[in-house]
Amino acid sequence: MAGAIHAHLSDAASDRPAHATESRGVRIALITVALLFLALIILLPLISVIVEALSQGWRVYVESITEKDALSALRLTLITAAIAVPLNTVFGIAAAWAIAKFKFRGKNVLITLIDLPFAVSPVISGLIFVLLFGAQGLLGPWLAAHDIKVIFALPGIVLATIFVTFPFVARELIPLMQTQGVQEEEAAATLGAKGWQIFWRVTLPNIKWGLLYGIILCNARAMGEFGAVSVVSGHIRGQTNTLPLHVEILYNEYQFTASFAVASLLVLLALVTLVVKAIVEWKSEQRSAGSEGGTG
Amino acid sequence: MKGSRKASVLPGFGLSLGFTVLYLSLIVIIPLASVLIKTAGMSFTEFWAAVTNARVLAAYKLSFLTAFFAAAVNAVFGLLVAWVLVRYRFPGKRLIDSIVDLPFALPTAVAGIALTSIYAPTGWVGSLLEPLGLKIAYTPIGITIALVFIGLPFVVRTVQPVLQDLDKDVEEAAVMLGAYRWRTFRRVILPELIPPLLTGFALAFARGIGEYGSVVFISGNMPMRTEIAPLLIMTKLEQFDYAGATAIALVMLVISFSLLLLINYMQWRYSRRVQAG
Repeated sequence: MAGAIHAHLSDAASDRPAHATESRGVRIALITVALLFLALIILLPLISVIVEALSQGWRVYVESITEKDALSALRLTLITAAIAVPLNTVFGIAAAWAIAKFKFRGKNVLITLIDLPFAVSPVISGLIFVLLFGAQGLLGPWLAAHDIKVIFALPGIVLATIFVTFPFVARELIPLMQTQGVQEEEAAATLGAKGWQIFWRVTLPNIKWGLLYGIILCNARAMGEFGAVSVVSGHIRGQTNTLPLHVEILYNEYQFTASFAVASLLVLLALVTLVVKAIVEWKSEQRSAGSEGGTG
Repeated sequence: MKGSRKASVLPGFGLSLGFTVLYLSLIVIIPLASVLIKTAGMSFTEFWAAVTNARVLAAYKLSFLTAFFAAAVNAVFGLLVAWVLVRYRFPGKRLIDSIVDLPFALPTAVAGIALTSIYAPTGWVGSLLEPLGLKIAYTPIGITIALVFIGLPFVVRTVQPVLQDLDKDVEEAAVMLGAYRWRTFRRVILPELIPPLLTGFALAFARGIGEYGSVVFISGNMPMRTEIAPLLIMTKLEQFDYAGATAIALVMLVISFSLLLLINYMQWRYSRRVQAG
């Protein structure tokens, strides 16, 4: 679904005999329209963030991203991701192991349930935790009696982030491990390897690039989540503001340059994510090319 | 010889499945169930009044129509982008292929302020269209553009692999039989692309209905006119109308889960067809 590594562009599909492709004029026209569309919808917003962020010079830019509230927002974003991403990674590996390596009833139901958070609006992803842990929520009175704060505090932000990024690693690993099958692991088990040994020595080397991409994408979403976190955060400046929320506050206060400066950090995060994806695709392409030409 | 049920030699089934189900229940199932518990506490008349109020209906309608149009635009242009990326050679193709994923990786709030700054009356594109009397930001058109941005990768990435694996021979045969290019496309290629196009459309549509971050900045948020359903939930929460917010949320959840089931069903049917053929 959202993040899976899909088909790699191969040259084979682009190399076509003249009678099975379009005329040169049509080709150029189609490429032009496609590129114009991408420029208008995707590239222009990207450029506008950078231009707006630097519109008052480097000094203002650096001041905007090193200002006290911006730094505390950055810290909260990093802490949130540092909790949410490892948890979802462990879950993703466990879920993929169970689903890809074993046969059991209800597997398709389980896969659909793992996908659920993709289908939930970010605002509702926040709402459900307010309904559970908020002052009027199901567990609200109990939490208040024990002086535990979840909503408008770090635990709420972390929970909402975990929910939103829940499927990413699992979704990346399940199809990958399903196509790899169980033969290598079974061979290792027959030769006497123990559970963790099989995982570390046999499975992990096979899935490491897919896993890396899943983690990176999960991390990008965790750091960038806006709607769900917005509901549970309470927007307390310097305390429960993440980077995306800080962008919103600055924007609504008409501090556009500062807002775009903070946003440019998140653009950087997105670009790093795309670069890692490109590397992962390149690596797995090399692998499949190697196994086709080599010993197999 | 083993018994009739073949046991796996691999370890860790109980542990991994147990942890998966436990974590899934704690993070996803139980929190989502709170929506049902909350609405169960309302009487039917209360619930009905909350979800059929004129402002709520206007928000649903807006969210649906903009998500639908955006998904339709993406079905057309997503197919075009996938086609161009798979079939033709041109400089910078790899880079452009990577850029298509940007909406997945870019935080929605950043997309929101960037699109607003471009399409506002003072922005790069907005200022060009303003003299023509065309307003984009703070209108449903602006919302649609934000949803086009968000939904594009869904269509491109579902169509691309199918287009890549399309059998060359069938196309060649059509040419041998004297079919023109456009006819070959319509009769031979397009039918193969309909299932992934529908899946991509449904994914983009489902995402668009619930989208919040990229839309709130560009929409202008005027009740009855440019207020999307997720924003209305937010507004109700800020007014501490939890029951009202939850009722709207339940309706949206039912719709998006139905879409999810439909998508999974389509994918399942499609993969069966591919295996059979």
